[in-house]
Amino acid sequence: MSSRTAAALPGPPAAARRNAGRRPGRTVLWHVGVVVIVLVVIYPVIWMLGTSFKPATEIVTSNRPWPLHWTLQNFPDGWHANPGVTFGRFFLNSLFISVLAVVGTLLSCSFAAYAFSRLEFRGRSVLFAGMVVTILLPYHVLIVPQYAIFKQFGWINTDLPIVAPKFLATEAFFIFLMVQFMRGIPREIDEAARIDGCGPYRTFLYILLPLTRPALITSAIFSFIWTWNDFFTQLVYLNDTDRFTVPIGLSLFVDQTGATSYGPMMAMSILALLPVFLFFLAFQRLLVDGATSSGLKG
Amino acid sequence: MSSTARLDKRASASPTPATREHRTNRKQGFADRTAGYVFLLPWLAGIAIFTIGPLVYSLYLSFTNYDLLQSPKWVGFANYHQMFTADPRFMHSVRVTLIYVVVVTPVKLALALGVAMLLNRKRRGIGVYRSLFYLPSLLGTSVAVALVWRSLFSQGGAVSDGLASLGLPKTDFINDPSWALPAIILLACWQFGAPMVIFLAGLKQIPSELYDAVDVDGANKWERFRHITLPMLSPVIFFNVLLETINSFQAFTPAFVISGGTGGPADSTLFYTLYLYQKGFTDFQFGYASAMAWVLLAAVAVLTALMFRVSRVWVFYGDGGNR
Repeated sequence: MSSRTAAALPGPPAAARRNAGRRPGRTVLWHVGVVVIVLVVIYPVIWMLGTSFKPATEIVTSNRPWPLHWTLQNFPDGWHANPGVTFGRFFLNSLFISVLAVVGTLLSCSFAAYAFSRLEFRGRSVLFAGMVVTILLPYHVLIVPQYAIFKQFGWINTDLPIVAPKFLATEAFFIFLMVQFMRGIPREIDEAARIDGCGPYRTFLYILLPLTRPALITSAIFSFIWTWNDFFTQLVYLNDTDRFTVPIGLSLFVDQTGATSYGPMMAMSILALLPVFLFFLAFQRLLVDGATSSGLKG
Repeated sequence: MSSTARLDKRASASPTPATREHRTNRKQGFADRTAGYVFLLPWLAGIAIFTIGPLVYSLYLSFTNYDLLQSPKWVGFANYHQMFTADPRFMHSVRVTLIYVVVVTPVKLALALGVAMLLNRKRRGIGVYRSLFYLPSLLGTSVAVALVWRSLFSQGGAVSDGLASLGLPKTDFINDPSWALPAIILLACWQFGAPMVIFLAGLKQIPSELYDAVDVDGANKWERFRHITLPMLSPVIFFNVLLETINSFQAFTPAFVISGGTGGPADSTLFYTLYLYQKGFTDFQFGYASAMAWVLLAAVAVLTALMFRVSRVWVFYGDGGNR
């Protein structure tokens, strides 16, 4: 909607009041104001990007967010910052865990969501309430006993404590998101499938699952990003350097104090956030809408 | 918990197939019922193995001394007793966490609501702005951003130097016991985008006729906000308050990364979760850490129940108010 034409048209009083906010001057002022706030908010990201391309000397001497002399040296320096293991290993480890987490979450949570939103069985509402409570349950309450249990299993220092729970729908938030979405799908569709002879299993596989695609994509991206960014679980369970993931690899930079290590540190931070940025660019609408609807309908 | 009752009611409010099953044959109804458990099986197994089992186990461990090597030794209420009477670091971590929660929740939500109201109009580029404001919420919990914060706010960092150029004294925020926590609080508030998009969607659902009605009465901007926006938005505000409060109790990564795992300087960033981690995974006092976990669980449960109780007074579930 063009603000200029709206303001230029002479209109009745009611329209004039509505257009009061759309005079060109005010619109420009509004845009300037919002852009200033955006810049303040995005500044840390800009700083991170700029610093990753700055030579070490410049990081100490200047605080311009953008480098005077561009350099790529920080990237190989950061990549090889830890003796004996490169960030390549960390990235592969993170990727492996995150992809498995996505697969596990999508499978198990879509099963549970189908049961909660479409199937009738004894105790459904009590179980649903229990599921919602687990969304609010602080994870730190479970970490100590889980660690003790996984130690009995011999799972410490493997990916299993991080990945296995995802295959059993422990990320209840995604069940909730999918339930909300499935409830929006007209029941007449699966009624029709049923009349055509589809049982609950085939109805799920051929009717409901394809229709739930948008919620599945949103869940997949969030699940990937959360596992990719997750630090706590990986810190607790992974001990060997060659099992380390990107967040743990990054946290090793904390030991190297002083502004000289900022360049390599920020270079690796940028790489670490690259998948998140890419998902954000490609699916921003879906992500923001997903964050909105799952929240609002709660 | 009353939260569950409310959500539960809405869950079963949707038309259940029970009435329709009369039309289909009985066999199908049976298939449905067993299918329900079959589809729920992974989740049921998950909640038993990874949630309820550990919860019960940690309740038991909280009454023991356990270092993972020898079997747990029963000590009764000793862990709880020590926590509240003989562990100043515990009480300190409670204080740090409470300050954090009490400051972050209102400030972050005020920012979120303010920006949401600024964006709640039909203008070009709203979608882009909305996404850009949301970006920090996507990045915020990562180690990478915590490192950025550590760099920005430490000696010679951009913030310190920027303030110095304005004539203010140079501060090494990260290593100053009175400034480290505020820096972490700022990091949390920076992620106001997530509640903001929820506010924005809530604002869009307020019927414009309501504003037209008070405009006729000659209401000013504040009165519009006070008498229309706030009550109509109250269910969304409540949802955000609940979520942000519970999330704030669980903050860990920023404090861990910024303090290098110590909770320093001078324990000024010793968050509850960080102290729990230290007790469990540095000192291997699993019994004590379990007791801490249960205190956290009890605190969050009581607080949630309390918030639901208080919400009856101020949350307005009018027509379309909570859709």
